[in-house]
Amino acid sequence: MTASSVTKGADERIVESGLLRRLLTRPELGSAGGAILVWIFFAIVAPVGFLSLRGTASYLEVSAQLGILAVAVALLMIGGEFDLSVGSMIGFAGVTVAILSSQLGVPMYLAAIIALALALAVGFVNGYMVVRTKLPSFIITLASLFIIRGVTIGVTRLITGRTQIGSLQRVPGYEILRLIFAQDIAIAGVDFSVAILWWFVMAAIATWVLLRTQIGNWIFGAGGDADAARNVGVPVNRLKIGLFMTTAFAAWLVAVIQVVGVKSADTLRGEQQEFIAIIAVVIGGTLLTGGYGSAIGAVLGALIFGMVKQGIVYAGVDADWFQVFLGAMLIIAVLVNNFIRQRAEAAKR
Amino acid sequence: MNGQQTPLIEVRNISKYFGNVIALSDVSLEVMPGEVMCLLGDNGAGKSTLIKILSGVHQPDEGEYFVEGKKVSFTSPRDALDRGIATVYQDLAMIPLMSISRNFFLGSEPTKGWGIFKRFDVAFADRVAKEELAKMGIDIRDPSQPVGTLSGGERQSVAIARAVYFGAKVLILDEPTAALGVKQAGTVLRYVAQARANNLGVIFITHNPHHAYAVGDRFTILKRGKSLGTYTKQELPREEMIRLMSGADELEALSHELAEIVRKDAKVEAPEVVAAEAQLIDELGKVEDQSKHD
Repeated sequence: MTASSVTKGADERIVESGLLRRLLTRPELGSAGGAILVWIFFAIVAPVGFLSLRGTASYLEVSAQLGILAVAVALLMIGGEFDLSVGSMIGFAGVTVAILSSQLGVPMYLAAIIALALALAVGFVNGYMVVRTKLPSFIITLASLFIIRGVTIGVTRLITGRTQIGSLQRVPGYEILRLIFAQDIAIAGVDFSVAILWWFVMAAIATWVLLRTQIGNWIFGAGGDADAARNVGVPVNRLKIGLFMTTAFAAWLVAVIQVVGVKSADTLRGEQQEFIAIIAVVIGGTLLTGGYGSAIGAVLGALIFGMVKQGIVYAGVDADWFQVFLGAMLIIAVLVNNFIRQRAEAAKR
Repeated sequence: MNGQQTPLIEVRNISKYFGNVIALSDVSLEVMPGEVMCLLGDNGAGKSTLIKILSGVHQPDEGEYFVEGKKVSFTSPRDALDRGIATVYQDLAMIPLMSISRNFFLGSEPTKGWGIFKRFDVAFADRVAKEELAKMGIDIRDPSQPVGTLSGGERQSVAIARAVYFGAKVLILDEPTAALGVKQAGTVLRYVAQARANNLGVIFITHNPHHAYAVGDRFTILKRGKSLGTYTKQELPREEMIRLMSGADELEALSHELAEIVRKDAKVEAPEVVAAEAQLIDELGKVEDQSKHD
């Protein structure tokens, strides 16, 4: 910066930090730009379907289910850990609800509460293993990815003889769950999934926690340097266990939304969601190494995912190409993030 | 420092083992209010282990720990902090990607509101961080800038200012001046003296004899896990302290050893190598002389 921006009387070292400069140090900048570009791209390529209210509702719903997961994963990743088991957890929680309600006669809302308790317990075990063994969470949750999926398939086949459980709308207690998790809200004659609302609520709470609470400061501290945080009295272990339970909660929420929405459960549901959630979080500007990132970024990452997934269909391109985009997007996002982080750290000059 | 006063913290006959390694053996130490206790010793002398015990990171295997006369047993750094014992680590003090004010209040965040509306008071944190640093003579540009943008001395100062702000009675400073330039080290030393004037106890770990002698009241010297004793400034002349600290004995032995090598190899080595080694021996001799006459 030049000396011309120095005003008399003020601290001569303060360089005029304009709005642009402040924005450049925000983690979600890259994803905000990306989301706008993607929207403009499909608005031009596929204006008829993509720009319609129906099209918007469709990509928002896709984004919402991923977004709920991504927001929780963002908190965990800012806290310095990974959770690869969230995809399996979706299958596990969904099947638990279905088996308890359709096979064992438990009212479905009660089945959902029991599934939540089980999911939180698994999240607790994940976190406890990570802080106890001090192994990378990547390894611990990679193991639980397979264990949870295996148990889910094994137990389901043992009880029902199959790996899918359908016709859940006939189970007692279904209706109240549908109202909470899977009803559609008509806006201007187009049905919007209530999952979108859940997504925004999750994102708002996560952003509030991160930026305006003590726990949020702890999350940044634990991810930035766990030892330093511990030395000033942050309960890093309890915090991390709590974050693993948060991702488990998000997986359960997605599971219930899906099970109630499609009225069936499948042991394979949620496959690869763990990776897609991480991609959305990274696109949102969160560092893989922790300590830096945002929940809003994860929302935008999920939004980009949803827009491209549905936009490709509206544009008449074979949906097979979607994965190519996903991988390319990940690389670009990481490069952009590195650039922005360097700007943030070098904000002095 | 009369004998009737209770030490702020005192450890008696502390030992610590890591597997079959004896990290500390039978070490005792005490700090009075308004006193700067310098902890001196070479790498591997057990300084780090001792301060980690004092700050609650490690638990001693043997020995007793008293805070203001009461026996304590810390299980975490939080316990020590709650008793007013704050440790500023040389490298672990700050988290680079977090803002100055967030670092300042990490672990003890100010809140306002209550219930689910209880929140981190960011405006208060920014204001206090700026004020407290200004008191130290450090004028930060913007408390919301990442700590990674600060210099090493400024980071140390933030950490010390933080400890004092949170009511530390005892400051444990782990080589706070090690990586600093002359002027910045001066800032930190001035702050140490200021803390003493405010009746805090300071445990000051350093490699630099000039820094130690400038602010220290008493000196405890550790070597290979054992204490060589505690001396007051009167009991330990500067020259003697420097000799103990710089390991002048080892330097002397080394220069003899080098001389031996040069003598043996003189016939086969190229002349420039011999000249270089002779110069090295000469320099080592100067270091010794300097430490004798400093």
